Amino acid sequence: MNALDPPMRALQRVLGVPRIAWMFVGPNLAILGLFTFLPIVINFYFAFTGGVQLYPSERPFTGTENLSTLFDCGSYLDPATCRKDLFWRSIYNTGEFALLQVALMVALALVTALVLNRKILGRGFFRGVFFYPVLLSPVVVALIWKWVLQREGVLNAVLASAGSSPVGWLSDANWAFFWCVFVSIWAHMGFYTLILLAGLQAIPADLYEAAEMDGTSPWRRFSRITLPLLMPNLIVVLVLGLIRAVQIFDEVFVLTGGGPGSATTFIVQFIYQTGFAESIHQYGLAAAASLVLALSLLVLTLVQLRITRKNLDSPAGRGDG
Amino acid sequence: MSITCRRTSLPFVVLLSLFFGFATAGEIRVACYSDGNECEVTQDLAKRFEAQNPDVKVAVDKVPYKAILEQLPVQLAAGEGPDIARVTDLGGLSKYYLDITPYIKDPKYWEANFGQTLPWMRSSPSDKGIYGMMTQLTVTGPYVNKTLFEQANVPLPGAQATWDQWVDASRKVAKATQVPFAVAFDRSGHRFAGPAISMGSKYFDTKGDLVVDDGYKAMAKKLYDWNRDGTMPKEVWGGVGGATYRDAFEEFANGRVVMYLSGSWQIRRMDTQIGKNFDWIAVPNPCGPAACTGIPGGAAFVALKRTKNPKDVGRFLDYLASEPVYAEYMGRTENIPAHAGVAKKGVDYKVSPQAKAALTTFVGEVPKLSPVAYQIQGYKLNRAIFNPTAARLGQAIVGEMSLDDALKRISADIDEQVKAAGK
Amino acid sequence: MASLAGMLTARRGRGAFDWTDWFSYGYLALGLLLMFGPVVWLVLSSFKSAAALNEFPPQLLPYGQKTVVVTGHEIPLPLYRVTLPDGTTRELAEVRRIGIQATLVDPKAPEQEYKVNIRDRKPVREFQLALNNYIEIFGKFSFGTFLWNSVFITVVATLITLLFNAMAAFALSKYRFGGRNAVFLLIISTLMIPPTIILVPNFLVVSELGLLNSLWGVIWPAVATPTGVFLLRQYMLTIPDELIEAARMDNASEWRIFWRIILPLSAPALAVLAIFSVMWRWNDFLWPLIVLSRTEKFTLQLALNAFQGELTTQWHYLLAMTVITLLPVTLVFAFLQRHITTGIAAAGVK
Repeated sequence: MNALDPPMRALQRVLGVPRIAWMFVGPNLAILGLFTFLPIVINFYFAFTGGVQLYPSERPFTGTENLSTLFDCGSYLDPATCRKDLFWRSIYNTGEFALLQVALMVALALVTALVLNRKILGRGFFRGVFFYPVLLSPVVVALIWKWVLQREGVLNAVLASAGSSPVGWLSDANWAFFWCVFVSIWAHMGFYTLILLAGLQAIPADLYEAAEMDGTSPWRRFSRITLPLLMPNLIVVLVLGLIRAVQIFDEVFVLTGGGPGSATTFIVQFIYQTGFAESIHQYGLAAAASLVLALSLLVLTLVQLRITRKNLDSPAGRGDG
Repeated sequence: MSITCRRTSLPFVVLLSLFFGFATAGEIRVACYSDGNECEVTQDLAKRFEAQNPDVKVAVDKVPYKAILEQLPVQLAAGEGPDIARVTDLGGLSKYYLDITPYIKDPKYWEANFGQTLPWMRSSPSDKGIYGMMTQLTVTGPYVNKTLFEQANVPLPGAQATWDQWVDASRKVAKATQVPFAVAFDRSGHRFAGPAISMGSKYFDTKGDLVVDDGYKAMAKKLYDWNRDGTMPKEVWGGVGGATYRDAFEEFANGRVVMYLSGSWQIRRMDTQIGKNFDWIAVPNPCGPAACTGIPGGAAFVALKRTKNPKDVGRFLDYLASEPVYAEYMGRTENIPAHAGVAKKGVDYKVSPQAKAALTTFVGEVPKLSPVAYQIQGYKLNRAIFNPTAARLGQAIVGEMSLDDALKRISADIDEQVKAAGK
Repeated sequence: MASLAGMLTARRGRGAFDWTDWFSYGYLALGLLLMFGPVVWLVLSSFKSAAALNEFPPQLLPYGQKTVVVTGHEIPLPLYRVTLPDGTTRELAEVRRIGIQATLVDPKAPEQEYKVNIRDRKPVREFQLALNNYIEIFGKFSFGTFLWNSVFITVVATLITLLFNAMAAFALSKYRFGGRNAVFLLIISTLMIPPTIILVPNFLVVSELGLLNSLWGVIWPAVATPTGVFLLRQYMLTIPDELIEAARMDNASEWRIFWRIILPLSAPALAVLAIFSVMWRWNDFLWPLIVLSRTEKFTLQLALNAFQGELTTQWHYLLAMTVITLLPVTLVFAFLQRHITTGIAAAGVK
């Protein structure tokens, strides 16, 4: 790459130093523009067209018809009264899933991080243990658990040896929902644990020592020192976790196929099925649904923005040049 | 990362050749998915074809079924994709098919031997084109665990027995042998259609539009009741969501179900995986008030419009359709021929006596199939009713909605899909 | 109270092994079981024959039925433990079974035949690895091609990802230019877009660019990862600006500063991103499935999934292929475990 030096130097002379930054950020932006932003724009256009053609130019413009189809409801609180009942069911399922999954996952990740932060034997090893599932692909994660949870699976065998009758873990709506939450926590918790652990390790030890000398109770020390100082990491974990939870798809799709009934059908799966898996690929309707998803994620983004603003403007962020 | 020409030149050439895949003239690509060994046998036959026609190269791409079902339509819509594909949504993709009539030696031969199934690939009844060849004919029908019947000392219901009689007998057997479930159906709107037609469903109204009629409702009610009262294992129809396919083979193979409605394609698996654990037999489709029918089905190799070598595509399909080659294909893949000539002569299956008996039973079912079964199977938008059947009845079975609501939803789903397709 | 303090304030309680230690080790043991147990179970199961997989309750280890060679019979006969009508149990070999009646013989004295109800016999098992699941998979396809494609995509995409993301991160952390924050937000905001929902338009783009059935069609769309930019930027913020100023004094070009100073100093964060990128690209499935449809371009994931038919789920193949795809990731993990976890902790979120 030394060979690149002379042309870069020439470029630098033309652009000047601050603007050379565009050269650095350019390739990344170009790729994103081509393979993310352009598709988003096409998708946006899809949302206002109908028909089964693939090329935007061949699709008849239908205005807000797709959106009104999605929002055609007797009562928004009762999916059964909606024209696209599955869309609304998937929205409610996703909301419920995201809240439950994130709350449980953050709590568990915190406990795990606290345990791993202690001076225990084999700390490095256990840190790895909790991180291992993060490396597995969603399909593999789902297959592993499907194999454990199926009616003839090992979990029921263990129960049977304890004298209990087999449970349809994935065919009972409540259990299936539970396992979707469980499996997604299983697969992602390790990542968040490490982020929290990094935060815990950054807390100076003398703070605790001083508090201890003052005779502060452990709970107080936890709530007054650990929690506040861990807050930036906790917020990152919460926001990232929430975004990921709303986008949940692959694991659940392979694990339950959205069932039983529609108990674990989430919003991305609804979009995927409408656009891909039905006999008639309704790209327009799928795109309209993804528009709704994008809007709700935008709300989450704004929340995140408010929170991370401080981070962006932190002194370290002011590079000179 | 400093670049010195000499050192990098070789990998660079390799890179270049990777970059621009070389398209050979006269090459045809076949996208194939496999339920057993179909693609391997196709590949074998393609090699032989290449030896006879050195100017043509046939590449068989073995892809996951998911790719055929979900990605292929997108590729075709974008004007991409293979020259030939093995597909199951025969009517749904018809607008992408190439009429190979000009490229085959003898269209009359095709009409004579594949006449029954050629319309399945056509877009409308007035369409007379030849678009491809069924790689096999499948027939739905029930399997029975005969050993359990013997243990329970319950006689097998006879040839004209009704569904109710079969279910009653299976319940008795299940009870006597402490098997948890009497009956299971694959979770599929296609499988459901056989019994529904037997119950009197016509699937179409007088105008030729898809309809949820009384016969369909009667069968839906039975399926619903059997799931609710524990005759059927709920996890099959209730276990997954949407229109996801789920078979009940494992339940049957484990001896947890007495009677299992599936189809002829399961024979190979029955043979290899159940082995000597128990005696399994295929039985004729039970009766309803209207008929005693299953439903035909199967996959086809279809020629695709986007091909640049239509002549070679025609030649290759012609080769596969020729009688000796087709007969060999059937024999090696253990499938039922869709070729009248081959069917008449009979295929020499090299399988166990049990599998042979089952194949004979299914072959015997073919002439008994109801015309309605052919009509719905050949209908371009049949998935518009098959998919909601599985999805909505599944929802009803798990208690998410009432059966009535589910039936209403099925009607609404059909309307929406048909309307979307018409745009 | 000191023990609770230890727990909540992340310091070990001094003195004896108290309840928080018990809790910690109990928790870790449970974690070990939950995290690895299912994987181990999957691996064990992948060595079972299709018939053994259908058994309930399942055996922990792969077992097959024991067979014996009996004089007078060409193929080995399966062995059963039989309860005879007089109440005694013996190990007998089955000659044939018709309906519910089985005919068995004593392997040592094959002359006398015993006829029993099949309920009175239980198969005798022995440890057998069903390597066939693997052998058949390998026998069915050209493993080398698929592995090469997978490795090519993984390596090339990772290298480009590292370069492009590092360049972007450098610009976003060390320069002040108009629109910097907007660019950063734009890049980060793509985190919000699940790839699934832009699958179809993205396919159109790639198709128009003529990248279908090219490994580059998988590589290019994947290289501009927002996570990577974020991670590297956060890390580069901690590199002192004085180093850059000093280099500028020495008349180094900006590119040289990036290449000679920033990149080497960002090594820990680059390592983490490299590992993530390798993992992402190796695990990719849905996107390659739509871009690559020719066998010679297939990745390992695609080829292995070709075993999934329309009508049948063949668990014995499915399990074996899952283990095959699991293997490289697990190996990488086993060797680099410490680097990965400490790297993320260090580079993750400051």
